[in-house]
Amino acid sequence: MYRRCSALLALVAEAMALRTLASRKALVAAALGGARPLSAARGVATFALPDLTYDYGALEPAISGEIMQLHHQKHHAAYVANYNKALEQLDAAVAKGDASAVVQLQSVIKFNGGGHVNHSIFWKNLKPVSEGGGEPPHEKLGWAIDEDFGSFEALVKKVNAEGAALQGSGWVWLALDKEAKKLRVETTANQDPLVTKGINLVPLLGIDVWEHAYYLQYKNVRPDYLSNIWKVMNWKYAGEVYENATA
Amino acid sequence: MSKRTVELHWGKHHQNYVDGLNKQLATSMFYGYTLEELIKEGYNNGNPLPEYNNAAQVWNHHFFWESMQPESGGSPEGGVLQQIEKDFGSFTNFREEFICSALSLLGSGWVWLVLKREERKLSVVCTRNAISPLALGDIPIMNLDLWEHAYYLDYKDDRRMYVTNFIDHLVSWHTVTLRMMRGEAFVNLGEPNIPVA
Repeated sequence: MYRRCSALLALVAEAMALRTLASRKALVAAALGGARPLSAARGVATFALPDLTYDYGALEPAISGEIMQLHHQKHHAAYVANYNKALEQLDAAVAKGDASAVVQLQSVIKFNGGGHVNHSIFWKNLKPVSEGGGEPPHEKLGWAIDEDFGSFEALVKKVNAEGAALQGSGWVWLALDKEAKKLRVETTANQDPLVTKGINLVPLLGIDVWEHAYYLQYKNVRPDYLSNIWKVMNWKYAGEVYENATA
Repeated sequence: MSKRTVELHWGKHHQNYVDGLNKQLATSMFYGYTLEELIKEGYNNGNPLPEYNNAAQVWNHHFFWESMQPESGGSPEGGVLQQIEKDFGSFTNFREEFICSALSLLGSGWVWLVLKREERKLSVVCTRNAISPLALGDIPIMNLDLWEHAYYLDYKDDRRMYVTNFIDHLVSWHTVTLRMMRGEAFVNLGEPNIPVA
């Protein structure tokens, strides 16, 4: 147990060093899952921290600039760095045929990879008010919401309730079940991506309810954070994802 | 640990768990149980019942406040130090392992120094969210809250600094000694392991 622990710490320490070297390049593709990997000389793809398309302070007063900066430059960056490191270690373990090492790396990969995937979606789910943030959904997505939840207000209420009730850290999602062709509200724990709740689920909107996402501004009052984040919600993006998935 | 953090952590988070639990108990079959009974029963072997989370968090936080003392930390003395040296090799090893474990916990949870009943030794364990070693059958000796609300205002994302400061300046070895003494009433640490023929 102790040896494994030191190995994990070494991973983090190296990841910190790696982070300062990692370049911050803009998203290459508007793919659903987030940043596409940059090709690396080693042959193992490395991931990069995607840029935001708005300033850190542009989402105020719903989310403070301080939180946005920490969230992006510290938390998300750490997930990316640790993910890259873990993938390197995985590559080495697979090459050596070290089965138990491969299995042991899974939780770190899921956590950091999930963190990268989830946050990449999250930044696209938010938009400054001046650029359309907070405008409710229209057309296909709007009608689907009315059909599956009764009304837009009912959806918001459901997401807020489930987000507030989530114990510990996690995410609350508005998901499209591609197979059932229905919208659903789902929650995932820690950094588990939405697909862990169902292979056919497509994330339309995700709200980070880890305390780091709101604590500096809202303290323990998670419900206030949830009710305010709708003011900067990027329904346009969600609508695009929905239309692509139901085309 | 700043005053503001303690104000919020104790006055809001801990208070909310207490209020929440009381509200639940008003209509629950667990009404009248002691807190420890609530935790053991409520855990339900890994499938926790609704009352579990509030009960465990009330207990965990109370245990946490008592695990600390202003300007404390350093290292223990006497019997506790002896036991730590026996079970970890040295106090430095224990300190390293404690910090290391705390950093390797993914998400919210707690890191504990527990006295394991079966193995009859001290051990560092991490638990997720509100899981308590009590529910798992061990004797808690000291804990540290690793939920982000416990350190975000003071340390932002720097969990390492927070844990290091706790183990170096806040943990009350006084309390640990008292809890060890009580624990030894349930776990015999003095007997050799005699193999059965």
